[in-house]
Amino acid sequence: MISTHLVDLSRLQFAATAMYHFLFVPLTLGMVWLLVIMESVYVMTGKLVYKDMTRFWGKLFGINFALGVTTGITLEFQFGTNWAYYSHYVGDIFGAPLAIEGLMAFFLESTFIGLFFFAWDRLSRQQHLLVTILMAIGTNLSALWILIANGWMQNPVGAEFNYETMRMELTDFWSVIFNPIAQAKFVHTVSAGYVTGAMFVLSISAWYLLRGRDVEFARRSFRIAAAFGLASVCSVIVLGDESGYTVGEAQQTKMAAIESMWETEPAPASFNLLAWPNEAQQKNDWAVEIPWVMGLIGTRSVSLQIPGILEIKAKNRVRIVSGIEAAKALGRLRANRQDADARTIFEQHKADLGFGLLLRKYVTDFDQVTPELIERAVNDTIPRVTPMFWGFRAMVGIGFLMLALFALASLSTLRMQCERRRWLLKWALWSLPLPWLACELGWFVAEYGRQPWTIYGVLPTNLSVSTLSVSSLYGSLAGFVGFYTALLIVEMYLMVRFARRGPGSLGTGRYADEAAAQH
Amino acid sequence: MLDYEVLKLIWWLLVGVLLVGFAVMDGHDMGVGSLLPFVGRNDIERRVVINTVGPHWDGNQVWFITGGGAIFAAWPLIYATAFSGFYWAMLAVLWALFFRPVGFDYRSKIHDPRWRSTWDWGLFVGGTVPPLIFGVAFGNLLQGVPFRFDDNLVSTYTGSFWQLLNPFALLCGVVSSAMILLHGAIYLTHRTEGVIAARARRAACGAGLVLLLGFTAAGLCLLRIDGYAITSIVDPSALPDPLAKTVVRRSGGWFANYRLVPATMLVPMLAYLGTIAALLLLRAGRSGIAFVASALALAGVIGTAGVSMFPFLMPSSSQPDASLTVWDSTSSRLTLSIMLWAVLIFMPLIVFYTAWAYRVMRGKVTATDIERNTHSAY
Repeated sequence: MISTHLVDLSRLQFAATAMYHFLFVPLTLGMVWLLVIMESVYVMTGKLVYKDMTRFWGKLFGINFALGVTTGITLEFQFGTNWAYYSHYVGDIFGAPLAIEGLMAFFLESTFIGLFFFAWDRLSRQQHLLVTILMAIGTNLSALWILIANGWMQNPVGAEFNYETMRMELTDFWSVIFNPIAQAKFVHTVSAGYVTGAMFVLSISAWYLLRGRDVEFARRSFRIAAAFGLASVCSVIVLGDESGYTVGEAQQTKMAAIESMWETEPAPASFNLLAWPNEAQQKNDWAVEIPWVMGLIGTRSVSLQIPGILEIKAKNRVRIVSGIEAAKALGRLRANRQDADARTIFEQHKADLGFGLLLRKYVTDFDQVTPELIERAVNDTIPRVTPMFWGFRAMVGIGFLMLALFALASLSTLRMQCERRRWLLKWALWSLPLPWLACELGWFVAEYGRQPWTIYGVLPTNLSVSTLSVSSLYGSLAGFVGFYTALLIVEMYLMVRFARRGPGSLGTGRYADEAAAQH
Repeated sequence: MLDYEVLKLIWWLLVGVLLVGFAVMDGHDMGVGSLLPFVGRNDIERRVVINTVGPHWDGNQVWFITGGGAIFAAWPLIYATAFSGFYWAMLAVLWALFFRPVGFDYRSKIHDPRWRSTWDWGLFVGGTVPPLIFGVAFGNLLQGVPFRFDDNLVSTYTGSFWQLLNPFALLCGVVSSAMILLHGAIYLTHRTEGVIAARARRAACGAGLVLLLGFTAAGLCLLRIDGYAITSIVDPSALPDPLAKTVVRRSGGWFANYRLVPATMLVPMLAYLGTIAALLLLRAGRSGIAFVASALALAGVIGTAGVSMFPFLMPSSSQPDASLTVWDSTSSRLTLSIMLWAVLIFMPLIVFYTAWAYRVMRGKVTATDIERNTHSAY
């Protein structure tokens, strides 16, 4: 049996490196479009300040991008190094979007980012703008393909288990691409990235305005960021992940946990604005409910029911019992491929195989399964409610806070009043960490909420790991912590240094602090 | 859709093409990184060296990422078994690669000499460690790797990290490093002038000679290393099952393909001819064509490893029957087919815009260029 210690450490390492990577990705996704906007204005108006804006914000973009590249490679390596059985079991489906991501997106963004930085004097204005646009398309396409891969983990469509090769195999590539979960995730995630990019430019511009330096430069940057941020934050909220939450059981389970909804309510369900989940007794100690809202958000209808946790568990119990039959029959089939009887049983229960595999956490031989173990497996199918409930609410709360900020910022900048409203500038400055917090919480809810599965209903997390020693995991984890801490310190140091120095760091002779730029 | 058998064969070639593409493209900037502290003796010289690859290293690195992704999609069992088995070796590659993006982008943003010299050595590590380890990995593949599968195809690596560092594998590491240094040095000769170009040219000559000697020595060693051979009947179009065949170790096994199809001897010949041609062309001052010749030499060296082992990809020394081959490590016919289309559509586009990017940035990088663009150059 696979040690839970090994599984926990593998999960910790993946979670830590993925969340660290996602400190840099959203800023890249969003800033790249701000660069496109600024440079487009430059090409259309010919005003040098917009070229300087593109180059200065591009410099900060570059500092961030370097760490995005650095930490992104880790993620591609880790499926193989730490999740070998996962890679074998679903590589037939999961590998393809990763490879296409490289071919279609990474080559594009990485080739053109070089020209973005170094070819200002070698290309015409229009050509350079085209380079910037292609770079932006590349970064966003990479998000599309990785979220197609991730969406498949939540809702594994277009694939089937093959007992001869002992893995999942692709049956329909288009349904993997047009998986509704993947599409909803893509829109939600890139919009969150756009908000992050907008907040970054807004906050730093607010700081210049508060200090009254490089005002022309900062005011224009502030305006573009405010407008782009307002559009993006509306997109995040309106086109939120909720549209995908009714599709597939993984999402239904997550939604029940997010809402701390133990019993199925008659439609349309009420929304728990606040509550105190009591996991031991499977109820809420208290709750502030808003009638109807949950049903409307979750199903976009008044008649569809949203299943509660207890109902989901009851369904899963049936699937686990059936899955144990599938797993037993699979064992017989692996020993003798000609066993017609085993094959019939297997075909009958094949859809529940993954649920049967949940028991492998407790037994190696399926004949040793007891009713208590089945009960434990049933309880395993629901993620812990408390972190899901609060994680989601914190994310949404931050979203609305940012909506208010971007709305006010847009309004003030339209009325040319933002420099006088110092409280707004301060609010913008201190809001800098908010989009990162929301992004990380979003990933936490999405991925922690998928537990105990790596591929929902197909492959339990417990079975997905590589057979490595626990000491190897401690060693690599220590290495990652060391490297990533050092890298973060260096990155933050440069980011703060160049943000403080401002557009003067371009050495054009048009901005404050030019003397400092010589050193 | 093409036959499964044909698709499996095409993907063996395609992964080979991607690996050669990686060696040619990312290889030359890794070679430049390795040479950086030695051919650049002061800050300006080092900035010249770095800026020869500054606009391109990121795009080139995608050959590596895409190669990894393609192996994941086309040979999931290889991806799973090799990456987890070579755990510490892969982490060493990964951690060495960490130094590249930050090294390139952050180095010249601060004027402090210690800061810059630290990143220079970081770029050295990022350019030196990966080719060395990939060579060592190939050296181990040629000897067989200790791993086994259970009935559910869970792979377990039964060796240690240190046993990967055996003499033959280290020799392969030297060959791999030498070819990357040769390639990088020729590129540097082509893109710089004066003392830097002269130093790079000398480095290329040294690396080329080491490559010729090392490649020959590795070939001679291979005469004494047992190869692997399949003794059961293989149906190349069957569903992939690595446990369905029998395999034996056989002395001289890695030379069987050359006896069977003598035309394959052209592949190792290409390694020799490419290297010799590159050195001669460099002497004649034709650094551009010399770069093409050294690219062909890389294809020859990598191709030699591939052809010698065919159809094996990752032989198992502890459970030879579980060895992974071209026929039993692949993904499904549908996935191979879709991925083939993806490569056919995107690869020409990639080659086209990469060529355009090099064309835009063409010409020698000089100290004057750096001084004029001191705020924007790396």
